[in-house]
Amino acid sequence: MEILAEGQGAYLPPDPDGFRAWVRDNKPRTLVHKVMNEHEVIEKFVSDGDYVAYDCNYFQRGPSSLIREIIRQQKKDLWICGKFTYVALALLVEGGCATRADIGFVGFGPWLSKAVAAGRLQTYEYSNVVMTYRLQAGAQGLPFIGVRSFGGTEGFPQSGAKLVTDPFSGKPVVLLPALNPDVSIIHVHQADVYGNARVFGTGISHVDCALASKRVIVSAEEIIETDEFRRDPARTSIPHFTVDAVVHAPFGAYPGTVQGRYASDVQHVVECFGGTMRGDLQPYLEKWVYSVDSHADMLEKRVGWKKLQELQRRETIREGYSI
Amino acid sequence: MTPATHFAEREHLICAVSRVIEEEKSYWVGGGGEPLYSILLAQRLYASGVQYMTEDGVIAPQSMIPWDPLMTMVASRAGYRALQWGTMNTAGNFAQLGYVDVGILNTLQVDRYGNINSTVLGEYEGGQGRRFGGPGGADTIAAQCWRTILMTDQQKRKFPERVDFISSPGFLDGPGAREANGLPPGTGPWRVFTPWAMFGYEEQSCELMLMAISPFVTVDMVLAEMSFEPKIAPTIETLDPPMEEELEIIRTQLDTDGQTTGRGQWIEKRDGKYVFAETQGRE
Repeated sequence: MEILAEGQGAYLPPDPDGFRAWVRDNKPRTLVHKVMNEHEVIEKFVSDGDYVAYDCNYFQRGPSSLIREIIRQQKKDLWICGKFTYVALALLVEGGCATRADIGFVGFGPWLSKAVAAGRLQTYEYSNVVMTYRLQAGAQGLPFIGVRSFGGTEGFPQSGAKLVTDPFSGKPVVLLPALNPDVSIIHVHQADVYGNARVFGTGISHVDCALASKRVIVSAEEIIETDEFRRDPARTSIPHFTVDAVVHAPFGAYPGTVQGRYASDVQHVVECFGGTMRGDLQPYLEKWVYSVDSHADMLEKRVGWKKLQELQRRETIREGYSI
Repeated sequence: MTPATHFAEREHLICAVSRVIEEEKSYWVGGGGEPLYSILLAQRLYASGVQYMTEDGVIAPQSMIPWDPLMTMVASRAGYRALQWGTMNTAGNFAQLGYVDVGILNTLQVDRYGNINSTVLGEYEGGQGRRFGGPGGADTIAAQCWRTILMTDQQKRKFPERVDFISSPGFLDGPGAREANGLPPGTGPWRVFTPWAMFGYEEQSCELMLMAISPFVTVDMVLAEMSFEPKIAPTIETLDPPMEEELEIIRTQLDTDGQTTGRGQWIEKRDGKYVFAETQGRE
């Protein structure tokens, strides 16, 4: 296959055989109880230097409580799958956790320019869909995927993509390296104790994240009986055998929304987003991460039940989000 | 409809784009802000059945407005009463298959060939440029929708000869370049709208071409706010001003707090002519 052009950006090398062997040796085939608390899962399953993907973001059905826990435990040198994300990357960089990112879209602001200029953050350039296609290839056990976008952009030279001559048609086509993150963090509406999980409504790449990743942490608004899955199997988004740990995390996406469950906390969203736009996130991290012990502690001390009830009341739409 | 006599230039921009939206075409609307307001306005006045999708795979929603800040995707009001809920890759697949006629996008910069920058102002190399969020979904929209509509402000720095960084593809460096880089044939830039003007592209050269101006500016004023000389259409049309009915919807249903449209200059009708206003802001 003739290579017409290739990006010079570093990328996590695809290794489908290695991934298969990992799955053979590490993923349980039976129903194993996997419920842990957020401190335990981040301590056990996220290591310094890991490539980390999360689905959605800090404001929309993202694993916000787990992102805060990563920062609280001061994980280092993480490489972040920066697709469809506003502030999570900013928090991880300002928290000293992330040093590399594949960029699809991230919430910008002075923090980003400063981190890049100071060499605290190395970026590689992609786009949102290019990143989710890379995850799709990883989720299919393939080494790469062809796409009909991204060619000719100036992200391309800063990426791991290649422009080649399609051996079937003879026309140019872009190939992307498959992506198999070390760990994915996914917040869902419902899960059972074994890791079967349901996402209602749209998502970005939750199923592919689960299938493509070596280690998968699911945090769930609600833990339900396995019998509920057996009653309506078509509603299972993620099967148990891909999942390594389940965290029961009510309001786990706070300050973001979970469709059909609660609205975003507008005041908090503005405070956090404002911090990224001013380039000053330390007060935010101090208030919402460092000065509390856990997600539950944060909800109790900084948010309060009255506010949480208000967020539930403000989320009036139920169609499509309940069984 | 009644022509308005006092309005913000960005309100005018949204109205102008809403009038080119066609019911029988399918749309992918990038992010929030002006692109989204344009199609929502069109749905309410000009093309009630027009279908759009968003980057999280929402197909043809009957969204419940207004929305909380930033809640344009993966949020219940944005995806309300859609025909299908998918994911980012389902949206990407539909575009890659050719199902999406028109993409509507905002951009930081656009150049002679309609290339789009949303990554960096200044030099990318060396890390000293001012960084922005990256292409997001715009790269896929610009590569795979049959047509792309861009929305931006009429400012010299937003129309450089060459964008500082091609985040999403226009015609790249001219005819044939898209296909040579693996993009589907027959796709690409179609219109650029600013509050002051509407541009198309000259077919042979793929270069930006001024087609129409707003009633409160001259051709020279538009050209003075560009860093390069675009092609000029043989006849320059004048865009209609906003209608009161359009503004009513923008102000009471879409951008209720003026977050998006409040910035920029205001226009008023004085002695039968549209001119930049002495009074800024909603009355």
